[in-house]
Amino acid sequence: MIAFASSLDQAGPITKSAEDAALMLNAMVGLDEKDSTSIDRPAEDFTASLNQPLKGLRIGVPKQHFAQGLSMEVEEAVRNALAEYEKLGATIKEVDLTNSHLSVSAYYVVAPAEASANLSRFDGVRYGYRCEDPVDLEDMYKRTRSEGFGEEVKRRIMIGTYALSAGYYDAYYRKAQKIRRFIKDDFDRAFEEVDVIIGPTSPHTAFKLGSKSDPVSMYLEDIYTIAVNLAGLPAASIPVGVANGLPMGMQIIGAYFDEAKILNVAHQFQQHTDWHKQKPGPIASNEGEA
Amino acid sequence: MEWETVIGLEVHVSLSTKSKLFSGSSTEFGADPNTQASIFDCALPGTLPVFNEEALRMAVRFGVAIGAEIGKRSVFDRKNYFYPDLPKGYQVTQLDFPTVGKGALTVTLSDGSEKVIGVTRAHIEENAGKSLHEEFHGMSGIDLNRAGEPLLEIVSEPEIASAEEAVAYLKKLHTIIRYLDISDAIMAQGSMRCDVNVSIRPVGETELGTKDRNKEHQLVSLRGKGDHLRGAKTAGNSRGRWPHHSGNQTL
Repeated sequence: MIAFASSLDQAGPITKSAEDAALMLNAMVGLDEKDSTSIDRPAEDFTASLNQPLKGLRIGVPKQHFAQGLSMEVEEAVRNALAEYEKLGATIKEVDLTNSHLSVSAYYVVAPAEASANLSRFDGVRYGYRCEDPVDLEDMYKRTRSEGFGEEVKRRIMIGTYALSAGYYDAYYRKAQKIRRFIKDDFDRAFEEVDVIIGPTSPHTAFKLGSKSDPVSMYLEDIYTIAVNLAGLPAASIPVGVANGLPMGMQIIGAYFDEAKILNVAHQFQQHTDWHKQKPGPIASNEGEA
Repeated sequence: MEWETVIGLEVHVSLSTKSKLFSGSSTEFGADPNTQASIFDCALPGTLPVFNEEALRMAVRFGVAIGAEIGKRSVFDRKNYFYPDLPKGYQVTQLDFPTVGKGALTVTLSDGSEKVIGVTRAHIEENAGKSLHEEFHGMSGIDLNRAGEPLLEIVSEPEIASAEEAVAYLKKLHTIIRYLDISDAIMAQGSMRCDVNVSIRPVGETELGTKDRNKEHQLVSLRGKGDHLRGAKTAGNSRGRWPHHSGNQTL
């Protein structure tokens, strides 16, 4: 895995079911002596608790994740899924993630700052693209990085370098780190009262490639997942419906090291619904034509 | 007007660990170029640092020897700059939370008097590789054997008043480092290097030449035994605000 934003980077499998994700996680976890961010914990079989009944499960629903900006079809799909959980014996409780509106701003300081350093090694000397016929070292650096990186990557490198530069560090990077702590504290408080937190994965269905010219509106599509990433919590996204031929996702967030609980909650939903077996419209119709 | 000299020294010492600060490569001196460079030292994408605890032990030993405060929590930062012998594009060093904090050395001068010279801090950092500009016909050769070797940068307070005091300070430092067996401290091999910051101010003033930046930033490098001063004016302070390391994951 190539480093993008080291304090946020995390490997995650994309699978056909929660059960497959549990099998994948069984293979992925464990201490890696060459990765100081990995943790030495006793081995765990994530498939063992998949079939545990959900009776008595306390589900937290963050009111901020159902507020302005969420599309009606996604809200309806997630509410229907929550109703399904109630049928399975779970109780729903509203939780307050007070600082969640700050997560996109904090993320777009932390991630570009770390990315700007992590992508420095792609300078034409050793790795990746190198420009044609550089006249000297500076020319090679400038043209390699101007030609080789895409617009969004360059935007993030510039934002990140600015946020870390002399005189701006306290105003941006340090402040973003403080916000990150507040976001984590919000989740910690919520998990004192609930076992998992459930909400939409993103506010809308997928947008067409290149249809968003404004980067900020694109960043806002990640508003619900970014807070989880900043807090360093485990989460899973599972399909809960289809609108206009496009899938919609629900996010199940667990407390630290509660992956088994998340997978159990996801698996039980998939035992009683079949959204995970449905194919999005374009894929289904392509297959029909073939 | 009477002027006086104020000197601060930054001494880099190569810690004599068997392997590098964040990789298992050997730090043996004099090997063939690039034979002691692991995939991490070459900054291969995807590789991650593994901290060499021996470097920390050595830094702490030095801190205790000069009666310094030892940082209970030290944090590594990234200092970003582009250069071919710095494959990652940043040097890992310690900015706000160095392992060794304030301490002091007592030096004996030629007239028999003693003077206490403060040490501001000593932090652990990575060395860069070596760029070789000769023998490559208009190109540069890069040797990464040195890249990632652990250095201890020892920063003195600007309390040194003369070249004699500077030499006495360096000799004392050398003795302590050799006694602690944390470095060979051989200047000719580069395992001990020294940067000198010389400031000139009117006698009686307590500020460091802030009114005249050129005078404040006369950087001088000290070579050999420490008696040969080579002056060079620089436009700005070499120790500005560093971009911060992103890997501090304490929440």
